[in-house]
Amino acid sequence: MQIQSTTLFTLPDFSKTPTIDQVGVEERVARFQTRSIKKESKVQGLKLALSMIDLTTLEGKDTEGKVKQLCYKAAHLHDVIPGIPSVAAVCVYPTFVKLAKKCLDGTGIKVASVATAFPSGQSTREVKITDTHFAVDNGADEVDMVISRGEFLEGNYAYVFDEITAVKEACGAARLKVILETGELSTLDNVRRASEIAIYAGADFIKTSTGKISPAATQPVTLVMLETIRDYYYKTGKMVGMKPAGGISTAKIALQYLVMLKETLGDKWLTNEWYRFGASSLANDVLMQLQKEQEGVYQSGDYFSKD
Amino acid sequence: MEKTKEKKSVSLSLGEGRGEAKWSYAPSPESTSHISLKKQYDLFIDGKFVKPSSGKYFDTINPATEEKISSIAEADEKDVDKAVKTARKAYTNVWSKLPAKERGKYIYRIARMLQERAREFAVIETLDGGKPIRESRDIDIPLAANHFFYYAGWADKLEYAFPNRKPQSLGVAGQIIPWNFPLLMAAWKIAPALATGNTVVLKPAETTSLTALKLAELIADSGIPDGVVNIVTGAGVTGAAIVNHPDIDKIAFTGSTDVGKIIQKAIAGTKKKATLELGGKAANIIFEDAPIDQAVEGIINGIFFNQGHVCCAGSRLFVQEGVADTVIRKLKDRMETLIVGDPLDKNTDIGAINSKQQLATINKYIEIGKNEGADFYQSSCNIPAKGFFCRPTLFLNASQSHRVVQEEIFGPVLTVQTFRTVEEVIEKANNIPYGLSAGVWTDKGSKIFNLTSKLRAGVIWANTYNKFDPTSPFGGYKESGFGREGGLHGLMPYLKF
Repeated sequence: MQIQSTTLFTLPDFSKTPTIDQVGVEERVARFQTRSIKKESKVQGLKLALSMIDLTTLEGKDTEGKVKQLCYKAAHLHDVIPGIPSVAAVCVYPTFVKLAKKCLDGTGIKVASVATAFPSGQSTREVKITDTHFAVDNGADEVDMVISRGEFLEGNYAYVFDEITAVKEACGAARLKVILETGELSTLDNVRRASEIAIYAGADFIKTSTGKISPAATQPVTLVMLETIRDYYYKTGKMVGMKPAGGISTAKIALQYLVMLKETLGDKWLTNEWYRFGASSLANDVLMQLQKEQEGVYQSGDYFSKD
Repeated sequence: MEKTKEKKSVSLSLGEGRGEAKWSYAPSPESTSHISLKKQYDLFIDGKFVKPSSGKYFDTINPATEEKISSIAEADEKDVDKAVKTARKAYTNVWSKLPAKERGKYIYRIARMLQERAREFAVIETLDGGKPIRESRDIDIPLAANHFFYYAGWADKLEYAFPNRKPQSLGVAGQIIPWNFPLLMAAWKIAPALATGNTVVLKPAETTSLTALKLAELIADSGIPDGVVNIVTGAGVTGAAIVNHPDIDKIAFTGSTDVGKIIQKAIAGTKKKATLELGGKAANIIFEDAPIDQAVEGIINGIFFNQGHVCCAGSRLFVQEGVADTVIRKLKDRMETLIVGDPLDKNTDIGAINSKQQLATINKYIEIGKNEGADFYQSSCNIPAKGFFCRPTLFLNASQSHRVVQEEIFGPVLTVQTFRTVEEVIEKANNIPYGLSAGVWTDKGSKIFNLTSKLRAGVIWANTYNKFDPTSPFGGYKESGFGREGGLHGLMPYLKF
């Protein structure tokens, strides 16, 4: 039998991923939370956080009007303060990709689309591939897919792996974010395992949640995912992005996530090319804090547009 | 030269390019405006501050700036004698006659007052001792208050702690404490002594007297009867005067094994009871099946907590060979994220070495380790030009015969050894005169229980390190001392039955 030497590395045995100690993870997370971010580093961190947001609307009641307004907000977060960056991307359902693309033309803001029978992922491979093709053909720069959690929990890791590689292929040049929906995976050991499967199957980003399941993103889950990315980088030298999504609604919490990122993966990842926040209400709280840093007092929420 | 070469060759190290950080933390110093310190501190005897008979004072400095903070009275034999006589009088006339419930009330009051003034104590602890404000704020002071709370609860329940054994107090306890956890060690000593009905003469370490003296002010404010707690300051001579005083019933000492041996000799043939909590050189053992990222945190916390000035520090790392490369690489990257500097900055992870003398000791051992041929590694952080600082340090590929492996360094210096089998690591871990603590990291419960029964150490942590709780007894085997502090066990050394 001839051994194929074309592959860069052998795939790990996904049933034997490293173990995670939850108590230790929580302790480490608590340390990030005690970092004191003040003055210029606060302003810098807040701007960085803004530039990493995937401004999101994923509702059954989404309409063209809603998406248009959101896109305008994405490009003009708060024109009152000069030097405010725009968000990284707008995240919508596939049916609104074309519209969002048109609205954001020339802004440099990416259009991300959920796909693969989001949020449950309960459909056939064919439907998921078609869904992905539709989003990409309409101009999506990024695709946020969901993994089949049922198959994962049944132990069909190969199924989950193959599905991700198929979607990755369908993405073409679009970057693929793989949503693990950690709120349904129940243990950090499972989060670690799912992260490895997604990364080895070709994910450009791994993402915590759909936002439809509680809990959505948590700091312990995010840390375990970052550590998986780090181990992959140690092994291959290849970077993978991270996107915590859902439940990150305040500037303070966003800064804690950035501290975690900096101290786990280092400065290389401190860019929206490799890190995103999936959030809808975070932007306004960050803006409010930025304005407070500038003027010394908090403004009423009515001064910040709610789209 | 070797070091720089090695650093460059690790091309995938996450530490690379940290020099030009994209985002760094601005200074965030804790305010010192709310604390009040006197220019000069006298001895606390009979509920009042009194001048030392010799009229001598010594300086206490801030080890992070080398600037003088205050003058501290130096107690001689006469002063110690006065303190012991006062403590005896208070014991005979007041404290031993007080209903146990009333004793408890005073101790509860001290605990509450300490909580109320926690910020002030935390800042002073950091100023005087050099430990990061994050630790004095989140660990030292809250734990000290918790010790008073815990032992206050026992005061009127001693009959239930030791049923049918008629526990009785001893009399006057002479207590000598170290400089690594100044207020916390004072709490460890004073709280059980008072709860069991003894009176106290306590001597803080000469480099860190301030929080003990602030505690004296607080104790005076608490209304506890005069003379129940006396605090005398000074160095070795003062300590010797306590140890040798004929009217002391009990010596409680925390400090170096060398001084512990002297004390043991001095009290031989007397009726004095003793507890000695001495040095340590703990094995922190990482098995292949351990949760590696969390184990790396445990290594960091084990050795770099309080600049490594911890008697139970995990100063000897044992890594199973299969994961050694991974663990060491992760450890080095993690060390790069440690912030060394101004102890008052809320983001500082490693503060100042407690004294010039201790820094010299650490540097001496670093030289010894280099000469012995272990591979020396330090993180690349900047350290302040003034003050006493030491970068986090590793000695890789160390072996059992190295002095840096055998002797307590009491600084941020970790030796790293690898092992193959469980038997081997147990033998190496126990092959040391000390026996205070150990750490075991594995995903397998049975392995933990196997090791906890075979390691000769008073405290063994599983999948964690440096965790302290008032309810848990603490103390060592072999040359790490005897007697237990904390928990129910911590009452016994202050009682006769």
